[in-house]
Amino acid sequence: MSTDSPPTELAQKPELATGDVSGGAPEPHDAVSVAPNWKLVWWRFQKHKLAMFAGYVLIAITIIAAFPGFFSTQNPVQSITKGSFMPPQGIQFWDNGPAFFTYEMEGKRNARSLRMEWVINEERRIPLRLFGEGYEWKFLGLFPTRLHLLAVVNPEVDAPINLLGTDRLGRDQWSRLVHGTQVSLSIGLFAVFLATVIGIFLGGLSGYYGGLTDMVIQRVVELLQSIPPIPIWLALSAALPRTWSVVTTYIAITSILALISWTGLAREVRGRFLVLREEDFVVAAKLAGCGQMRIVFRHMAPTMSSHIIAAVTLAIPVMIINETFLSFLGLGLRPPAISWGVMLQEAQNLQSVALAPWLLLPGVAVIITVLALNILGDGLRDAADPYH
Amino acid sequence: MFTYILKRLLILPLLMFVFSVVAFILIQAPPGDFVTSYVAELAASGSAMDQRQIEALRELYGLDQPAYIQYFKWVSRLLVGDMGFSLDFQKPISELIGQRLLLTVILGLATLLFTFAVALPIGIISATRQYSFFDYFFTVLNYIGIATPTFMTALILMWLAFSNFGITITGLFSPEFANAPWSFARVVDLSQHLWLPMVILGLDGTARLARILRANLLDELNKPYMEMARAKGMSEWALVIKYPVRLAINPLVSSLGWYLPLIFSGSLIVATVLNLPTIGPLLLRSLISQDMFLAGTIVLTYFGLAVIGTLLSDIFLAWLDPRIRMEAA
Amino acid sequence: MSESGKNEIDTPERPILSVRGLKTRFVLDEGIAIAVDGVSFDVGVGKVVGIVGESGCGKSVTIKSILGIVQKPGEVTDGEILFAQAGNSGGADADYVDLAKLDNRGKKMRAIRGNEIALIPQEPMASLSPVHTIGNQLVEAVRLHRDVSVSEAEQIAIKSMTEVGMPNPAERMSMYSWELSGGLRQRVMIAMALVCSPRLLIADEPTTAIDVTTQAQVLNVLRSLQKDRGLSIIFITHDLGVIAQIADVVVVMYLGRVMETGPVDDIFHNPLHPYTKALLSSIPSIHGTSRGPLPTIEGTIPHPFNRPKGCPFYPRCGAFMPGKCDQSTPRLTASNPAQSVSCFLHNDEAEPA
Ligand SMILES: Nc1ncnc2c1ncn2[C@@H]1O[C@H](COP(=O)(O)OP(=O)(O)OP(=O)(O)O)[C@@H](O)[C@H]1O
Ligand SMILES: [Mg+2]
Repeated sequence: MSTDSPPTELAQKPELATGDVSGGAPEPHDAVSVAPNWKLVWWRFQKHKLAMFAGYVLIAITIIAAFPGFFSTQNPVQSITKGSFMPPQGIQFWDNGPAFFTYEMEGKRNARSLRMEWVINEERRIPLRLFGEGYEWKFLGLFPTRLHLLAVVNPEVDAPINLLGTDRLGRDQWSRLVHGTQVSLSIGLFAVFLATVIGIFLGGLSGYYGGLTDMVIQRVVELLQSIPPIPIWLALSAALPRTWSVVTTYIAITSILALISWTGLAREVRGRFLVLREEDFVVAAKLAGCGQMRIVFRHMAPTMSSHIIAAVTLAIPVMIINETFLSFLGLGLRPPAISWGVMLQEAQNLQSVALAPWLLLPGVAVIITVLALNILGDGLRDAADPYH
Repeated sequence: MFTYILKRLLILPLLMFVFSVVAFILIQAPPGDFVTSYVAELAASGSAMDQRQIEALRELYGLDQPAYIQYFKWVSRLLVGDMGFSLDFQKPISELIGQRLLLTVILGLATLLFTFAVALPIGIISATRQYSFFDYFFTVLNYIGIATPTFMTALILMWLAFSNFGITITGLFSPEFANAPWSFARVVDLSQHLWLPMVILGLDGTARLARILRANLLDELNKPYMEMARAKGMSEWALVIKYPVRLAINPLVSSLGWYLPLIFSGSLIVATVLNLPTIGPLLLRSLISQDMFLAGTIVLTYFGLAVIGTLLSDIFLAWLDPRIRMEAA
Repeated sequence: MSESGKNEIDTPERPILSVRGLKTRFVLDEGIAIAVDGVSFDVGVGKVVGIVGESGCGKSVTIKSILGIVQKPGEVTDGEILFAQAGNSGGADADYVDLAKLDNRGKKMRAIRGNEIALIPQEPMASLSPVHTIGNQLVEAVRLHRDVSVSEAEQIAIKSMTEVGMPNPAERMSMYSWELSGGLRQRVMIAMALVCSPRLLIADEPTTAIDVTTQAQVLNVLRSLQKDRGLSIIFITHDLGVIAQIADVVVVMYLGRVMETGPVDDIFHNPLHPYTKALLSSIPSIHGTSRGPLPTIEGTIPHPFNRPKGCPFYPRCGAFMPGKCDQSTPRLTASNPAQSVSCFLHNDEAEPA
C-alpha cells in the first residue's frame, strides 16, 4: 500500500522554489527561517496576485496624480459656453489601416430646450498624436511647457478632444478628473500622514510606558472614538470662512479629517506594542541591557512597520471617501479647486445626470482607487500577519 | 447583569456632558456670533430684522457674555426640553426635529436589520465554503460594497431609475402622505419607500460585517470545540450554527457599538442625496445658513443616538456572552 | 456487513477495533505532510491500548482518522479501520464495519461517533464552548443518540457526572467551562464521553494538563470504568509512567509510523526497537510515577515535510546501518508471539519500495 509514498514528498509551491527564496537550495525552510522580517512579508505579498495588481493600478494613478498637466488635454478650469454636456469622444485606431484620430462633434442648440445637442460628424476627422503640443502648464509647478501625452495635431484648426465629455460649463471632464486625482489623492495621503504621526506618537507612548500614561491616552481615544465623526467634520468644515483661498481650505480640510482619524492608528500601534513588549526578543534585548530608545527603534519599530504600513494603507481610502463626500455636500473644497467631490457636485442635479451620465465618472475613479487601496492594504496585512 | 447595565448607565451623564461641550464648541467655531452673521445675511438678501428682536436674541443666548455662560444657558434650557428657536425656519427647533428624528431612527433600525439579515448568511456561507465560488463571488461583492461611497450608490440608482423608468426615487413618502398625520396608510406608504434608502445605506455595512463574520468564523472553525462537537456525532450544519456562528456573532454584536452610530450619521449623506425627511438634510441646511443653534442641537442629537446605540450593543453583548456578564458583575 | 473478504479477522481473540495500514496526510501550501504513514494496531475487547510517542508524531491525527473527523486540508488516503458492529462486542463471530469507508458526515458514521466510540479530547478547556453551559453541552451529547426528553437527558448527564466523581453534579449543570478548575473540566469531558455508554473510549492525553493528584484521580476513574463496564480504551500520552500504570498493550509511534507494539510488560522489560529503548532510558525510573514530557532523545524530530528516506528514526538512531536503514523502510513484523517491531535489526521485512 505504501508504494506511492516516497520518503520525501515535498510538493513545493513553484513561487517558493523558483523565487529568490531558496536560490535552488533543497531546503526552502532554512532560507525562510533566516530571512529578515520585511523580506518574508514581501515574499508573502508577492504571492497575493490580486494585491500586486492593485499595486500596479495605484502606481499608475499616482503617476497621473503627480503630473496632471501632462496627462490632461485641456485647461481644466477653462469653460466653453457653447460646449456644455458634450458626450465622451472615442479615439479611432483603424481606418483601412492603423490610424489615430477622432471624429468631430457638432453641437446645435435645441431651440426649445436651449440645450446643446451633439452629433458625431463622421465627415471630419481630427488627427491626434502622442506627445503633442497643447495648452501651457507648469511641470512640477515650476517649468512652463506645452507637452501633453495626447494632443490634436493641428490645434489652430481643430477643437481639442474631450475624452470623457464635458460638464455643464463645457469644461473637459478628463482634464478635470486628472487634476482632481491629484487633489483627492494627496488630501487622502496628507490626512493619513498627519493622523499616523499623531497616532504613532500617542499610541507608542501609551503602549510602551503603560500605566497612567496609557490610561489617560486610552480614555481620550475611547471618548473620541465614541463620537460619530461625520457631524463633526460637517460642522467644522462649515465653519471655514468662505473667503479662504483654495490652498488654505485644502490645508484646513486635511487637518479636520486627520483630527479625528488618528485614534484607530493609535490603537493599532498600542496593541502591537503591548504584544511586542512581551515577545522573547524584546525581553532578551532588555535583559542584555539595551537602552529603551534602542529597543524601541532598533527592535520594535521594524517588526511593527509592516503592520503599520498595512493599517495606513487601509486608512487612506477612508480619507479619500471622506473628502469626496464633504466636497460633494459643498462643505469641503470649493470651486475653483478641483477634486473628485467637487466634480461630483455637478452630478447632484438629477436632470443633469440623466442628460450627461458621464458626470458620474469621477465616482468611478473614487471606486477604483478605493478598491485598489483596500485590496492592497488587505494583501499587506495578510502578508504581515499570516495567522490573522 | 443588573450591575453591569447600571455601570453603563452611570457613565451616560458624563459622556453627554463631554458631548454637549463638543457640540457647543462646534456652534462657536464659525467666526463672529451667529446673530450678527444672520442679520448680515438678511441684509444682503434685502430684508431686515427688528432691532429689538435682535437684542432679545442676544439676551436669550447670552451672546455678550463669556463662552461658559453661553454654554450654561444653552444646556440648562436643553435640560428642561427647550431646544430654542430656528432663525432660518422661524420655527421652534423641537418642532423641526421631532418627526424627522423619528424617521431617522426608523431608517437606522431598518438598515441595521437589513444589514444583519444579509451579512449573516453571506458570512457563514463564505467561511464554511472557503475558497468556493460563493466565497469568491461575495468577496468581490464585499470589496465593491466597501469601495462605493453611499452617495455614489444613491446617485447611480437614482440615475438608473430616472433614465430607465422615468421615476424619481427620492423621499420617504408619496406626495399625498408627505405632510399627512400618521395613519395606517401612511405607514404602508413609508414601508414602500423605506427599503431603497435602507439598502443603499446598508450596503457598505453589510459588506463590512460579512467580512468580519467570515474572518471570525474561520478562526472559530479551527477551534478544538468543533472537533469535540463532531466527535459527539453532531451533524455539520447543526454544529456550525450552534457553536462557531454563535461565538463569531459576539464580536459582530460588539461592532454594533460603532456601526449603529455610523448608520445614523451616515444616513445624513444618503438622506441629502435622496432628499429624505430625516435630520440629516436639516443639519446640512442649518450649517450652510449658519443657523448654529439648530445645527448644534442636531449634532448633539447624533451624539445622543450614538451613545444609545453603544449602550444597547453593550447590553446585548452582555446578554449574549456570559463571560462579559461575569467580568462586569 | 463483510462486503469484502478483507474485513475478516483471524486473530483468535477478536478485537473491537483493528487499524490496518492507516495513512493520513495534510495537503498544505508548503507541501504535503504525511502525519500518519501506515499505522496498524488492534484494540482488544476490554483492554487499554496506550499510544506513546513524542509530540507531533501523529497520535492525535491517528485517532481523529479513526473517528472520521480529520478536517481539510487533511485526508485519510489509505488503510482500514475495522470496528466491531454493535450488538456484539468483538467475540468469536464478530462482524466488522470499515470506518474508513463510511461517509465522514453521513448518518452511519455519526451514529457511531459519540455513541459507540467516544472521545476525551486533548484540551478540555478549548473543547468546551465558553458561551454554553456544561449542562447544555452534556444534554446535547445525550439527545444526539438517545430519544429522550430534556429533563431525562439532564438526569442521565447528572448520573454520568456522579460516576466520574464530580462533586455537586446538579449544580455544575448551569455553570460555564471557565468557571471550573482544570481537573473538574477534565471530568466533565469524561462524563460527556461516557454519557451514551460507548464501547470504545479514546482518551487523548487526558492527564497532560492537570496536576499529579488530579491526574491520579482521573486515571483511577478510567481504570474502574474499564474494570466495571469492560470498556475498551485507547489511551494517548507521551508519559511512559502513565502508560505503565494503565495500559495493557503499548503502541510506540514515531513520525507517523508504529515502531514497536506489544504487551506493556514486554515493552518495558524487553524493548526491541532502538527508539523504544531510547524512550525508556530517558526516564529515571520505570516503576516510579515519573511525569511530565519525555526528556529529549538526541537530535530533533524531522518535520513531516522532510521525512527521511527509509526508517524515519535512522538519523537519530545509535544502531544506524548505512545503506540499509536509509534505503528502505522496515515493516512492522511479529518478532515473538507477543511483540511486533519495525526494525532491520530484528527482521528483514521492508515496505514495498
Ligand atoms: N490541521 C493540521 N494541518 C496541518 N498539519 C497538521 C494538522 N494537524 C496535524 N498536522 C500534522 O500532523 C502531525 C502530527 O500531529 P498530531 O497532532 O497527531 O501530533 P501528536 O502526536 O498528537 O502530538 P502532541 O503530543 O503534541 O499532541 C504534526 O506534526 C503536524 O505537522
Ligand atoms: Mg495530540
